[in-house]
Amino acid sequence: MTDATDESELYDLECRNLVRTFGAFIAVDDVSFGVPRGDFFSILGPSGCGKTTILRMMAGFDRPTSGDILIKGKSVVDVPPNRRPVNMVFQQLALFPMMTVAENIAYGLVRKGLNKTDIADKVKSALGRIGLPTSGGKSIKQLSGGQQQRVAIARCLVLEPAALLLDEPLGALDLKLREHMKVELKKMQDQFGTTFVYITHDQSEALVMSNHVAVMNKGRFEQIGSPQDLYYHPDTAFVAGFVGDTNRWHGRVESADASGVKVVSADGVNLIATAAGKTPLVQGGEVDIFVRPESVVIATGEERVSGMENRIEGDLVSILFNGANSRALIRDRHTGGELDVALPQTGEFSHLKRGQAVHLGWGKAQAKAFAADARRDQGVGT
Amino acid sequence: MRMQSATRLALFLLLAPIVLWLALLVILPHVDMFMVSMRERVGIRQYEYSFANYVEFFVEPLYWRTFARTAIMSIIATVMTLLIGFPVSYYIAKMLRGRMKNFLFLLCLVPFWVSELVRTFGWMILLRESGVISNLMQWMGLVSGPVEMLYNDATIMVGFIYTSMLFMVVPLVSTLDSLDDSLVEAGYDLGGNAFTVLRTIIIPHAMPGIVSGCIVVFMLTLGNYLTPVLLGGKDSLWFTEQIYTQFITRFNWEQGAAFGFLLLGLSSLIVWAGLRLSRQTLSQTMG
Ligand SMILES: Nc1ncnc2c1ncn2[C@@H]1O[C@H](COP(=O)(O)OP(=O)(O)O)[C@@H](O)[C@H]1O
Ligand SMILES: [Mg+2]
Repeated sequence: MTDATDESELYDLECRNLVRTFGAFIAVDDVSFGVPRGDFFSILGPSGCGKTTILRMMAGFDRPTSGDILIKGKSVVDVPPNRRPVNMVFQQLALFPMMTVAENIAYGLVRKGLNKTDIADKVKSALGRIGLPTSGGKSIKQLSGGQQQRVAIARCLVLEPAALLLDEPLGALDLKLREHMKVELKKMQDQFGTTFVYITHDQSEALVMSNHVAVMNKGRFEQIGSPQDLYYHPDTAFVAGFVGDTNRWHGRVESADASGVKVVSADGVNLIATAAGKTPLVQGGEVDIFVRPESVVIATGEERVSGMENRIEGDLVSILFNGANSRALIRDRHTGGELDVALPQTGEFSHLKRGQAVHLGWGKAQAKAFAADARRDQGVGT
Repeated sequence: MRMQSATRLALFLLLAPIVLWLALLVILPHVDMFMVSMRERVGIRQYEYSFANYVEFFVEPLYWRTFARTAIMSIIATVMTLLIGFPVSYYIAKMLRGRMKNFLFLLCLVPFWVSELVRTFGWMILLRESGVISNLMQWMGLVSGPVEMLYNDATIMVGFIYTSMLFMVVPLVSTLDSLDDSLVEAGYDLGGNAFTVLRTIIIPHAMPGIVSGCIVVFMLTLGNYLTPVLLGGKDSLWFTEQIYTQFITRFNWEQGAAFGFLLLGLSSLIVWAGLRLSRQTLSQTMG
């Protein structure tokens, strides 16, 4: 009993068995998680999986059908949004256009009833911290997209919330600015020392910024872990397919034992993989096999891949040059399936030509086999 | 050079109808009316130019009191229309979706399917001593004798609000429609309550709609003739009635024209003062 309360006090924010249904549709299905103090926690999932619904319930704009939400150990399900110690950064920012930048930042402080000099001090220091010390008197429209972003976050952070909730805040920005803002957001979180709950459908945003990521699919959490955990040790086929780039085969188990899983893929390739995930693999069962592009060894001669459990002969379709992250697209000569292969950074393959024959190989440890689950399966690939 | 004169000609041709319309139907009659208002009758068919007709308005208490009463009642009617129209518009614009929204919006239009005259007579059938409501109340035993509900200021006010509602609701719904829901949510999220969110976010956003709705309703009420005369009776003391009397009953066109210009000038002054008070400009309202 005392154990439970101790544990919940570690968390700034906690959801227990959260469910939200719209009619017969289950948007959020029995979700439980805790966000430790000062954490950058992301919820990552394809669009429509229920991320915004969770965030709106935490902010207080929506009521869970069942389950509990705790902030600093206290249930807030019956607390209206204006009295919850969390703040939300909206997808479209929702800065008040009829107010100046300074008035936007001061809005929450005024509502709290602070006196004028305190408000002015806090606004000034917030403007300094977001690098807009002289922009207080400007109107919102005079700021660039990235600056507006920072104002929207500062407006919440001056209130020193228990947690800041961010709903895909980088979605509206162009690619270049998005890359820049990823770093910026992480910096702001360090500066203000606030717990962040960040939702996104972009796996690179989640991996780069977060301490913990929850991968969500169709209203459920598939796995919660560090970005490294999710990338190297996915629990489910969905996580393996959604987090990071990967090659994927669907097939049937020939035999499964301690030495590995033999699988015949749907297009007739024999593969040897390592069993992964919670569901045990049985002979004849359907599986998904995932191999990361950087796990595949590419060679022009056969001898370099001869020691590997999985080997494929193929032809080069094209090279996708991107500096250190260059890829080659290879067509399997027997099945016609295409594989994504990372090129070594030495540049030794940069001279490869279209249609050139190559040999590919990877060890069974690099190939992860997950039991295919009908419910989860439909979500992969979105 | 040639190109320029060609575009200028095109522009001129495009503008010609509106210029003609303005000149023939608006400016010319007004100029003429103004000339009439500046004439003072000194003998039979003998006139002199003077401000006598305008001076008459200020020295004769009946006239300017009638105007003051008209202006104050119009302001009250405008404010009441706003107070009733705002929640209605908010409900239509923000709470409803899809078909129900269009349906309620159309419902505001229904009173305008019949002419103002017929509509006002409808009110009279309901409200007069031998009318529907009076009879109903007697039948239910609420009152012992017939009740006259016509010919008082409250009834005129109800008539004004009824006639003006649409002109308040339309601009309000369109400005409130453009208010992003997330702004309201952000207001609550940052600690605002219903009242502060209304005051700091919703009303400032709706201000252009409020101002244009108020101007239209105020001007329509001030210039209304049928409603005060029919619902208020002969002694309703409405300024347009004075103008009518001067033109038609007294056949004093000079005085009537002067009153017309005074109505135009004074009502513009009130609108200007209202804009100053609410710190709005006409261009903001139109933009
Ligand atoms: N108010 C609502 N009424 C009905 N269905 C809703 C409502 N809000 C969200 N949904 C549904 O719930 C699902 C999850 O929505 P959402 O949480 O917005 O997804 P995400 O933010 O992950 O893209 C969607 O299929 C959406 O259609
Ligand atoms: Mg969303």
